[in-house]
Amino acid sequence: MQKIVKSATAGTLESSDVYVELTPSDGGNEIEIESVVLAQFGDAIRKSAEAVLKQFSIENAKLKLIDRGALDCVIRARVETAVLRAKEG
Amino acid sequence: MRRSMLFLPGSTPNKIINGDSMGSDAIILDLEDAVSPDEKDAARILVRNAIRDMGFDGVEVIVRVNALDTPYWKQDLDAIVPLCPDLIMPPKTTSAQDVLTLDAYIGELEKANGMEENSVKLIPLIETALGVENAYQIASASQRVSALFLGGEDLSADLHCRRTKEGNEIDYARKRLVCAARAAGVEVYDTPFTDVNDDEGIVCDAKYAKSLGFTGKASISPRHVSAINEVFSPTRAEIDHAYEVIEAITAAKAQGRGVVALHGKMIDAPVVARAEQTIAAAEALGLGREAR
Repeated sequence: MQKIVKSATAGTLESSDVYVELTPSDGGNEIEIESVVLAQFGDAIRKSAEAVLKQFSIENAKLKLIDRGALDCVIRARVETAVLRAKEG
Repeated sequence: MRRSMLFLPGSTPNKIINGDSMGSDAIILDLEDAVSPDEKDAARILVRNAIRDMGFDGVEVIVRVNALDTPYWKQDLDAIVPLCPDLIMPPKTTSAQDVLTLDAYIGELEKANGMEENSVKLIPLIETALGVENAYQIASASQRVSALFLGGEDLSADLHCRRTKEGNEIDYARKRLVCAARAAGVEVYDTPFTDVNDDEGIVCDAKYAKSLGFTGKASISPRHVSAINEVFSPTRAEIDHAYEVIEAITAAKAQGRGVVALHGKMIDAPVVARAEQTIAAAEALGLGREAR
């Protein structure tokens, strides 16, 4: 397991992007999503974010995503950037 | 057929995701000047994911990585080379040694990723006085080099002169780059015309570049793409004439004659070579022979 040791952000609030806030958490991973397409794509956004956390073996992250209609590849890129900025080492 | 190359900032999703609908033959996903130092990591990951997942149908993908004198270039290549984009553009290329340094590192990445040797090609960006003077050595330094690209803005600064619409300050560099690239057997691309609101200026600038021998031209705005495409496409009259030339020389050869005239003008080897280039360009664009 790798640890989130500090807070980090990635992305923007511009159209087609997603703003990601990542902070350490003591109680496993928590994911919060704001999106105008939450009803249609909330589950897909959550799965993408979870997949990146799993890829980096992160189990102590509080992740907030403010989505502006980002494609999956953008969501994954922004979460990965935040993870790399926030993790130890 | 690569007539136009459109720069898109590598840090901006809403520009990248529309990259294949701007009309350009190629897009240049930029990790260098368009990206601030504190966003280099984010842009690198975003561009990698976009290339991997989006496909960009019908558009060539070029990635401008950061220069060798920065701490970013190896990380850029680590992320991008495994995806084998159509071209990688190293900026501020000044010497054959720069190309060889890139060549060696890319070779290591190709091997580590099980890629075919020399599958990754380069389009060095020449934008310094030293780079212009070394253009032939750069173009012929490695079989990875498939084209040269002139960068007029940085070059003007290096020459201690002002960049103008007329472009007199980069005229020597344009001609030298075309000669160097053609001597080395590679393609050559002209610098962007940076006044995005000057619709006449882009046409004049592109026509001049074509007249010098450039293969195509870059743009920093989608607004210039159609003008560039039009200028660098052969016209219907040029295409028809090219087919007439080939028909005439083919008939002459069949009759045992090496030289023939068409419409009162002698057709010799250079005329045939130009006709063949025109036909190749036309057929690549789907503008080949019209049904007669």
